[in-house]
Order: sequence, then C-alpha cells, then structure tokens
Amino acid sequence: MNATPVAATHDLEIRSLVKRFGAYTAVDQLSVAVPRGQFFSILGPSGCGKTTLLRMIAGFIAADSGEIEIGGVNMRGVAPNRRPVNMVFQQLALFPMMSVANNVAFGLARRGMARGERQHRAEAMLERVGLGGSGHKRVDEMSGGQRQRVAIARSLVLEPALLLLDEPLGALDLKLREHMKVELKQLQAAFGTTFVYITHDQSEALVLSDQVAVMHQGRFEQVGTPQQLYYAPKTPFVAGFVGNNNPVHGHVLSCDQHTVTLQSASGWTVHGRSIQSLAIGSAATIFIRPEAVVLARSAADLPSAWPAHKATVDSLLFDGANSAVLVTEQNGHTLRLALPQTGAFADLRPGEPLCFAFDPAQAVCFSAAHD
Amino acid sequence: MTNGAATARLATRLSLFLLLAPAVLWLSALILIPHMDLALLSFRERIGPRQYSLSVAQYRTFFIEPLYWHIFVRTAVMSLVATALTLLLAFPVAWIIAKVLSGRASSLLFVICLIPFWISETVRTLGWMILLRESGVLPHFLVRLGMTEVPIEMLYHDATILVGLVYTSLLFMVVPLVGSFESLDNSLIEAASDLGASNGAILTKIIIPHAAPGITAGCIVVFMLTLGNYLTPTLLGGKNSQWFTEQIYTQFITRFNWEQGAALGFLLLALSTLLVWAGLKLSGQRFADVMRRA
Amino acid sequence: MIPSLPHSGWSSALTRLYLVAFLIFLFLPLVTVALFAFNDAPYPAPPWHGFTLDWFFGSVEHRRTGLFSDAELLGSLGTSVLVAVWVTTLSVLIGLCNAFLMERFEFRGKGLLAVCMLVPLVIPGVILGISILAFASRLAEFFNDYMGLELDFLRPGLPLVVLGQFSYIAAITTLTISARLRRFDRTLEEAALNLGASRWATLQTIILPYLKPALIGSAAVSFLMSFENFNTTLMLVGANSPLTIMMYGRMREGATPVLNAVSLFLMLASAILALTLMRRTQRRGPPA
Repeated sequence: MNATPVAATHDLEIRSLVKRFGAYTAVDQLSVAVPRGQFFSILGPSGCGKTTLLRMIAGFIAADSGEIEIGGVNMRGVAPNRRPVNMVFQQLALFPMMSVANNVAFGLARRGMARGERQHRAEAMLERVGLGGSGHKRVDEMSGGQRQRVAIARSLVLEPALLLLDEPLGALDLKLREHMKVELKQLQAAFGTTFVYITHDQSEALVLSDQVAVMHQGRFEQVGTPQQLYYAPKTPFVAGFVGNNNPVHGHVLSCDQHTVTLQSASGWTVHGRSIQSLAIGSAATIFIRPEAVVLARSAADLPSAWPAHKATVDSLLFDGANSAVLVTEQNGHTLRLALPQTGAFADLRPGEPLCFAFDPAQAVCFSAAHD
Repeated sequence: MTNGAATARLATRLSLFLLLAPAVLWLSALILIPHMDLALLSFRERIGPRQYSLSVAQYRTFFIEPLYWHIFVRTAVMSLVATALTLLLAFPVAWIIAKVLSGRASSLLFVICLIPFWISETVRTLGWMILLRESGVLPHFLVRLGMTEVPIEMLYHDATILVGLVYTSLLFMVVPLVGSFESLDNSLIEAASDLGASNGAILTKIIIPHAAPGITAGCIVVFMLTLGNYLTPTLLGGKNSQWFTEQIYTQFITRFNWEQGAALGFLLLALSTLLVWAGLKLSGQRFADVMRRA
Repeated sequence: MIPSLPHSGWSSALTRLYLVAFLIFLFLPLVTVALFAFNDAPYPAPPWHGFTLDWFFGSVEHRRTGLFSDAELLGSLGTSVLVAVWVTTLSVLIGLCNAFLMERFEFRGKGLLAVCMLVPLVIPGVILGISILAFASRLAEFFNDYMGLELDFLRPGLPLVVLGQFSYIAAITTLTISARLRRFDRTLEEAALNLGASRWATLQTIILPYLKPALIGSAAVSFLMSFENFNTTLMLVGANSPLTIMMYGRMREGATPVLNAVSLFLMLASAILALTLMRRTQRRGPPA
C-alpha cells in the first residue's frame, strides 16, 4: 500500500494497466486518475477495451500488470466482492427471484445488517430515487426506466467509493434514454458519488460528464472536458469520433504558427488551424465540422474574412434541428454541412449551386503520419 | 502471481475434483465396470465346479440355437412395427396440439395426453388385461352385441402386444413431435400454400424435413424402450410373447446360467446400439442433440 | 393443416373424430381399472355386480382382503416409497453436482464425459439390471472368498434396487438441471459478487433459487420413474418387493380387484402430484 486512504483526493487511480488476450492487447499501458465526486466517462467504439477496463476495476478480470487504486487502496489480489466499487450492469442484472426491496437490500444483507435496519434503508433509498412504495413489487412489474433506478439504488445504498456504469442506457428506447440521461446527471449530483460511466454513445458522454476519456485500441487518446474534446481534439481519432467531422486529406502548402494551408489530391485548397509544425509537402488532414460552416447562395453573403468555397447540392437530409445538406465541393469532395435552424435553406434542391465558408481556426489540422 | 491468485486456483482445482468424484464414481461403478464385467462373463464357459475358461461358446449357442435366433429377430421386427405405429398415431395428435389448437385448449390437450404416463405401466397393463382377456370387458360386450357367439380370447396375440407397446410408448413420441412442430413457423406453411403446394406437398416438403430431428428422437427412444420392455409383452402376450428380454431373465434368474444370460444381454445391447446408430446415420444427427430433445 | 389455411368441413370433422378415438384409446384402460375397483365380485371382470368398497376396506374375516388390510400390498407400497425417496435424493444431488461440473468447469475429457452421462439412457433397463447384479455378486464373492466378509448389500435387495434405478435416473436429473443452469445469466452472479456477496452466499441466494424449478421438477420425475420402474428392479429385487413387482406377480396369477383399488390409489396420488406441480409453475409464471 503506497498511498494512505485519508490523503487520497482521487477515488480511482490507474497506473500502467495492461491486459492482453493472447496476441490481442485489450488495455495497453493505461493510466488515469479520477478526482472524487466526478462524473467520468470512458467513450470509445466497441472493441476499444473499455469493457475490459471496467471489469478490471470491478475485479472480474485480473490485470496482467499495472496498479488499480480505489479510494487510495491498492486493489491487487482483492476479490470482486471485497472491493468498494459497485456496478450497474449493461442488462442491469436485477435478481428476478427477489422483490425490488430485496434487490436493494441484497448487499446490506451480505454485510450482515439486521433485517429491520436493511429494509428501512432499502425503502429510504427507493424513496430517494423516486420509487417509494414500490419495494414489494416484482422486478418484471417495473418499467425500463424504473428498473434502471432500482439498479442504481441497489448499488448506491452500499455507499461505494466508486459507481461503475456499463452502458446502462443501451437497452432503452430513444425517448427514455434522453430522459434517463437527465436523471442520471441529477442522481450523481445529489449523491456526490464518483461515477465511472462507459459508453459508445458520444452524446451520452458529452451531456453527462465532467470529464471524458476517449478510448481507442486500449489507450486513452485524450482526457478532457466535453468542450475540450469538441473544440480542441488532440488526435485525428478524437476529431473524427467526437461530433461530426468532414476530413479532407492533402499535402501541406504552407504552415505558420496559426494557419495551415492544404491542397487535396484533386486540387482543393483548404485552410485550417495549426497545432503542430508540419513540413511543406507532407501529408495532413483537416477536419471541417458541419456546424462550423456558414452557407450562402452567393459568395458575397459570406463573412469576408473567411475563404469562400463553391459547391453543388447533392441531397437534403432533413432531421429537425440536426438537418444537414450533402454537397459536392467543386473539386469533387463530398461534404456534410449543417443547415441553420432558421430554416433559411429549407428550400434547397439537388443540383443547386451553393457557397460556404468556415473559420480556419475552427478546422483543426493533423499530420497524416499521426494515424 | 500473488498469493491470493494461487489460493484461488487451488480452490478451483479442489472444487473440480470434488464435483468430478461423484460423476466418475457413478459412471464407472454403476455403468462402465459392470458392463465390462458382464462382457467378461459372456466370454467364459464353465468347465468344472468353479472352473472357467475363455470361450465364445455362449455366442455360438445363440447362433446355432434357432429358438434364440427366432426370438431375437421377432423382437426386433415387432419393435420396429410398434415404433412405426406409434409414430403414425402420435403424429396427428402432436400436430393438433402444436398447430391446430392454441392457447388453453392446446395446453389442456397436451396435459391430457401426458396424464396416463404419470401412472405406472403396471396399472395401464392391468387395464388392458381386464379389457381384453376372455372373461374381460370387450369380449363380454362383443357377445352382448351379438357379434360373437362366445367370448373370444383377445389377449396373447401379437396384435395385443403391439397395442400395449404403442400405448406405453405414445408419450415418448408425442413430446418431441410437439416440440419440433411448435418450432415450425406457420408462415412457412402459408408461404408454401401461397406458392401452390398441396397438403401432401406441404407435409413432405416442409413439415417432415423440419420435424425430422424430433421424429428421429421420438423413434429412437420408442424403439429402445420397446426392445427393452419386459412387462407389457409378458403380460399381454403370455406364453406366446417370445420377447428377448424374457430369455435374458430366464437365463439369469430361472436357470442361473449367467454366462448365457450375459451373452444374450450383450446381443440385445448390440442390436439396440446398432439400430440407434443407424437411425442417427440415416437422419444425419448427433446423439447428444437427440437425447436432449427426448 | 393450420387454421389460417382454408379447410373443408369434413376435414375438421375427421380431426374431431380422430381426437375422440384417440382419447378413448388413451383413457379406456385407466377408466376400466378404476371402475372395477368398485365391482362387487371376486374378480375384476364383467358383468357388473353392484357397487362395493370391499376392495378398499374389506378385511380377511370378511373373506375379501381390501387394500387397507392387505399387509403384503401395503408393505410393498412402503418399500416403493422408501426406494423412491432414496433414488430421488441421490439423483437430484448428483444431478446438481454434474450440472455445475459440466456448465462451470473446463477440463480434459469433458466432451467424453458428457457423452458418457447420456449412455445410461440408451442401455435397456434389463441389461442395466443384470450387469449390476452380476458385478455386485462378483464383488460379494470376492470379499467373501478373500476377506471372509459377508456383504449383504451386494446381494439382490433394496440397496441394489436403489443403485440400479439411480444409475439411469441420475442421467435424467443431470440433463434437466444442466439445461436450466445453462440458461442462467452469469451477470446475475457477477452482480451479486459486486454487491459484496461471497461465492457461497451467491450460490444460496441467487443460483439455487434460480434452479429451484428444475430441482423440484427433476425430483418429481425421479420419484415417479423410480416408483414405476420395473425392468431394472425385476433383476435386482430380493425378498422385499416394491409395488410394481408385487403387482406383476399377482397379475400373472390372476388377482382380486384389490389391485384395482391400489391402482386407483396410485392414480389419485399421481394426479395430486401433477396438479400441485402444474399449479406451481402456473403461479410462478413461465420459468425465466
């Protein structure tokens, strides 16, 4: 034990964690520290190793090397049932053979708490998650959202240092998922417990979290606030994975402290924000966010400070607030551009000409060698 | 690794051995070794008091004694016939349960079909005896109806034995058939009909291919049970039953000729295994799957 | 065919006729047995001589030994129950062990063991009987000759009957309980561990309650199969006959309607058992 529990300000600290399955490295030299009371999300595509990481924290998988500390206590060799973490499972794993109250009281009973006391506490906890008086019900009598709350109550009643959530909203339908997002956030704020939440859904991660770690191939690509990930991605993967983006590949024409100029193979010249020095002629990619773009019918209507580009409309993708237009830029690049919510361009027709511009400072540029 | 992991591994190995012990004990002490012992028994011949030698005499007796041969073949053929009849009788009932009726009516009929099999085979056979013997119910009614002059003996015929065997085996055919019919999607039948198939075509092209695993499972189980039956043939067939299990019983218990009895037992086992194997081969199925189904 | 397809009137009439004939075939023997338990005649045969309860309550002095004064028959009924209780207990226990062994552990030869566990089901009961009889007798002789021990339980008798029935009923309980354990959602177990339960507490509070329907179902089936077993028992039985063997012996000689009385008793017992089980599953809903 190299840290005293009292001094710890981090509820979870991971150092150089490695897990391999045969030749495949699921978690690769991963380190992170999650401060007390934070809503921390791990965002990544399926197969990125996030479930393996979560199961190592819970103790269901042993790490090959590296350390996990929870509440300042090293977890090496500690069985899953002796760790101060609780987990909300993907399919919730509520016990169908028990009532709702007995589900919530299950952990308390295992600690040897007297029946009266644990029933009292279970009922109080159900009250706090808005399920007061439902304790006698069977699990299959509850709706999807109620089950979610039972699963969270069952864990939080044990007052864990850390609550792990394994894509708990994945099984819900869209409407309920939106609703539960808000509820989760409120619950976390009310209890102040550190949440570690894994998901492949970027919207969940961005909406809920204080900090998000974007995970890819067993490593964290970037850890930061949702705003940092969105506005200042540090790797092409993060730029491509968080939010929508139009990547434009090309070679560097010029590069100074602020701006990179790139020319694509088909001859399109684009400007982007420079975050690293790039050699002239080297391969690079600029990411253009659909919502960073301003549209106009003629170039004169565009902000004069930004370079104007010409395109032709391919098709309109109407989706309410998320409506977009697919265009072909005059050098042949297909781009997805957001439509303003004013409805100004709702009458666009395929084949119509269109002009667009964007602030180069909002289009981040990475060396292609980075991938 | 750490101490904890090593302890955990030890605990896993220990529980594996603790769980393995009863299984191995059961299969070796009650199945494997007794059968090996029975095999040894069948290959020896008594040449003097408490003196034995290795020989195939018991098997030779079987092949040169026409009585054994006759009963052996007869048992096999009767069992095959009984299996076929059971399939014919069970097929429509299973279809009605699975497809024609639905909801409560379907489960009610299913339960009704199962009820007789919660009751001992002895009781069921007693029922047939009271019904069929010369002084029994059916001959009595036939006389009352004027169809026969005097009560006729309906027991002790091959047909009687078959009726008893089919009756006893029905459950083991109905259950797997219902299972495989239920898994058949109605829309397949509707599609076939929509494409112009006749009922006969639907039966041979859609239903039977789909239900083949269930049919095989049912047939194999019924055949095995019939071949190994003792109670029904001896009671309903009396002296005419000439069932092979009866020969084994006679050698073992009545004549105390264990060597001969063991040889006959092995021949029955071989026959049973052979036909089960042939059934599996013909339908291209795996033993374990079939047993799970049954 | 199926209700959604057009069908002619006579085909549904035929279906109905077939069903009626089938049900008559199914229940005629049982109804006959039950009816003749009440016939006031010394043999279970027509014509009907009027209603009597003699075959239940008659006594020896009455010259009609009814079921409840037929010590031999009642004794064999008791023997059957005793054997069935033993067989059920042993079979369910080993079935539970085997289910965990086959579903939770990986070891060399597992596939072979799985096939071996099915083998008892395809060996004719008579042969199971004679093989155990012969092996046990050889063991008994061996102990007698070389150690001077007389081991009675290896001679034909109830212990051998229990072992003989157990040898194949264990395969049935193994199949039933394994099938249920296979469908168990392992994350429930992880959830219990995660909430601080020990392995033992998880077994007690989560896994065994989940397996309960399979345990009860396989116990009922074991009891019934043991009670009804004839082939294996016939070969291994000693002085105390279970009911099936006793009834068989009397049926060959031509018995009084007391056999009908005991049969009716068995039918009622089976019906009660079946109904209780069905109500249980209905109340609990379909197994999860």
